[in-house]
Amino acid sequence: MELTLWTYEGPPHVGAMRIATSMEGLHYVLHAPQGDTYADLLFTMIERCDRRPPVTYTTFQARDLGGDTADLVKRSIAEAVERFQPEALLVGESCTAELIQDQPGALAAGMDLGIPMVSLELPAYSKKENWGAAETFYQLVRTLLKSQLDLSTKKKRDPKEWRKEKRRPKVNLLGPSLLGFRCRDDIREITTLLGSFGIEVNVTAPLGARPLDLQRLPEGDLNLCLYPEIAAPLCNWLERNFGMVTVRTVPIGVGDTQAFIQEICNLLGLQAPPISTIQQASRMPWYSQSVDSTYLTGKRVFIFGDATHAISAARVASRELGFQVVGLGSYCRELAREVRSAAKELGLEALITDNYLIVEQAMADAAPELVLGTQMERHSAKRLGIPCAVISAPIHVQDVPARHSPQMGWEGASVIFDSWVHPLMMGLEEHLIGMFRHDFEFIDGHLSHLEGAASPEKKTQVINLTKSELSNNAEQLIWNSSGELELSRIPFFVRGKVRRNTESFARERGITEISDETLYEAKAHFNR
Amino acid sequence: MAASTLKKVNCMTASMSLSPVQSGLNSPILSGVRKENGQREVFCGLTSIVWLHRRMPDAFFLVVGSRTCAHLIQSAAGVMIFAEPRFGTAILGERDLAGIADANEELDRVAADLLSRRPEIRTLFLVGSCPSEVIKLDLAKAAERLNYRYSGQVRVLNYSGSGIETTFTEGEDQALNAMVPLLPYSDESQLLIVGTLADGVEERFKKLFQRIGIETVRSLPPRVSTELPPIGPGTRILLAQPFLSVTARALQSKGGKLINSTYPLGVEGSCQWMMAAAEAFGLERARVTQVMSPLIQRGKTALVPFRQKLEGKRIFFLPDSQLEIPLARFLCRECGMDLVEVGIPYLDRQLMASELALLPPNTPISEGQNVECQLERVRASSPDLVVCGMGLANPLEAEGITTKWSIELVFSPIHGCDQAADLAELFTRPLSRRSLLHWG
Repeated sequence: MELTLWTYEGPPHVGAMRIATSMEGLHYVLHAPQGDTYADLLFTMIERCDRRPPVTYTTFQARDLGGDTADLVKRSIAEAVERFQPEALLVGESCTAELIQDQPGALAAGMDLGIPMVSLELPAYSKKENWGAAETFYQLVRTLLKSQLDLSTKKKRDPKEWRKEKRRPKVNLLGPSLLGFRCRDDIREITTLLGSFGIEVNVTAPLGARPLDLQRLPEGDLNLCLYPEIAAPLCNWLERNFGMVTVRTVPIGVGDTQAFIQEICNLLGLQAPPISTIQQASRMPWYSQSVDSTYLTGKRVFIFGDATHAISAARVASRELGFQVVGLGSYCRELAREVRSAAKELGLEALITDNYLIVEQAMADAAPELVLGTQMERHSAKRLGIPCAVISAPIHVQDVPARHSPQMGWEGASVIFDSWVHPLMMGLEEHLIGMFRHDFEFIDGHLSHLEGAASPEKKTQVINLTKSELSNNAEQLIWNSSGELELSRIPFFVRGKVRRNTESFARERGITEISDETLYEAKAHFNR
Repeated sequence: MAASTLKKVNCMTASMSLSPVQSGLNSPILSGVRKENGQREVFCGLTSIVWLHRRMPDAFFLVVGSRTCAHLIQSAAGVMIFAEPRFGTAILGERDLAGIADANEELDRVAADLLSRRPEIRTLFLVGSCPSEVIKLDLAKAAERLNYRYSGQVRVLNYSGSGIETTFTEGEDQALNAMVPLLPYSDESQLLIVGTLADGVEERFKKLFQRIGIETVRSLPPRVSTELPPIGPGTRILLAQPFLSVTARALQSKGGKLINSTYPLGVEGSCQWMMAAAEAFGLERARVTQVMSPLIQRGKTALVPFRQKLEGKRIFFLPDSQLEIPLARFLCRECGMDLVEVGIPYLDRQLMASELALLPPNTPISEGQNVECQLERVRASSPDLVVCGMGLANPLEAEGITTKWSIELVFSPIHGCDQAADLAELFTRPLSRRSLLHWG
């Protein structure tokens, strides 16, 4: 048993639902107890879908367990196929159904439904949502491409074939799904971007695709693996069995968008546009260069999210915004290696965990000035009084906005600039609060933007807590009144860091009482 | 529209298979009650944690279940930002299922971990879920064991909120039922209001009851989990919520006497509810009328503008919380609405007797659900307003059908004469909104 207060990912069948609901003409029969239909409202409320998810639940109850639940499964499958007439069917179990082992997939296989059927084996007690989505996507395509598989040569295909065939190059966009982070706008952005180079999109999947579309996947010249959490296993399989080349660069941020375009153009044998024209496409580089952004330099930022968004955020933060990344982690164990190597480049140890308490502790220890995380980090950051922006799923309804707000491509970079800088206090205010601390309106800890607004009282509380925790496991440290006073003069957003540095400085030197002088000595020491 | 392209499945044959349990526990079959079996689009009882943890801030709700359970509660409560969450899930792993790990030892470890982190917790609810019920994890025994270990510090209780056994508000019923054995004995004469009420509403009721002459008024659940009301032969039980079948019976077995009444929704329902209590205490009628008259007058006046908007409108209830029948009664009798169908997840005929008597004869009531068939009836009857869950609300709106999502009714202060207009307003709002919005 594992004590969980918040979970970053749902169970794997929610991942399967994401695939089914993102697509059209695909239905999912889910053997699940009454109540598991709660998952519908992830789609109808958070994603504001105007249709019910294409999911039929068996919703068995206790009294059914005495009877024939297998019969219930068969009845549900028959009714769903007759009523919704899907092009293909997914059949699977939720965690409770997994325990009673009715084998719904095998039952469906014996029913002669007349449509392709995928029996999903999603181990609910060991795997999670993203894995479930990736597995479902992969198994679905595998089933649909079975007939073509025998014909394929498995030889690596040349992505430049479009020239010989006298047509435009076309690529597959793989991975976007409902409940993913800003997928709707990302694919619009990327489709437009590719279009500007004369590249067509062959199939975008799963979002908006039909089973018939998936059968056309091998017609693409390249697979763009936009969301590796969902599409990596499928891309690997298509690479092995159809010789299709995968582009694995995720175009988040100006630099990676540039690299993405370069890679695609090289593979397709197109002339890549010169860098100077590229950079004019997004406002972000100029905004970040303009003097107004100077105060962003070296801002300490803590990053946590799914692997893809966390890695991209770390790149953007360190290279394009001039932040200092002081923590990087992800809850995606499947892509832990990638996160570790990205962290290593920044001289950090990656935090791989799905326990939000550990993340919160790491966040408190790193004492950042900005947190880039998920819905969960928004909670933790609020508690610690740190500004925060959301960069990754799990999300809530406010992260499925009405306006166009991609993360990918040129416009995505501009959106990122705005949404990450907003929670920070603006430069002038920052100076004035540092200089004059007796203002009745612009009090300590005041933020010019509502997002991530911090309450100063709460913040001190937390810091005091951490202080006493720290003091407990070492010798007692006391801040005398002159020390406390001097500390209170430090601008609030770096105060946590200064307190920590001073205490470790004092501890190293065996100083037990911290005065204003100790603080300044420590400051000089760490500035070296 | 997606619906029109669907091939119609014969819903009659689909709904005929009735299990003996479902075809009514006890009483003779009520005319006009349709019983349906099929896919149910409802919450499980775990959802009750979302409001119970706010009612009793010193209690912690530990679900023993799967990641699905954890995901459910967090999806339902996720918009709230917690200083410290007061619910969590002990997620069963493969080791627990394979029996490699001793479930009891694991549970003890998790509980110890939790309690050391949260020393301010006074009552710990171990909440059973579908997985824990299916593998027959004995949480009652575990609660007993932990109770012994933490005696004097934390009380450990157990109830089931599993989807296979409970629907939505039935979770509260189970939770309150679990508290009943801990109630101290007292033969003192008192009124016990049972069922979660909003704080303001609760205060108001207490004051009013005291004004009509009932001195001691207590409530279950209490605001502090350790300050449980006593129970005994002097106790009269007044249910504020219609979904408390099990709790009501448990309280009766402790000597309490159940007051049969309507539920305090709307002016009429609230008035009858308070009158029934007054009668049970043998109070002087004149005094009660004196207190109640201005309330009734004021309530009725406040309802007038809402009645104008709702009169003659046709409403369809999908099953959700068991509040449907009292709500239908209020909307029909006090707001002039026509009832197309009143769906309920579960019908306790005894606790609902006073309510059923007030409904117009031949009101179509349906117990249970086959959601696809019910939606066909919704579309065919084109009601003015559909009360339904959030999984259906937006899809129905997109089909041009106005909806009122039902879960809000459990989270809003809707009880009492003073709240009658507010309650009506919840139903006029979607209609007003639809007439307000114009595109082009």
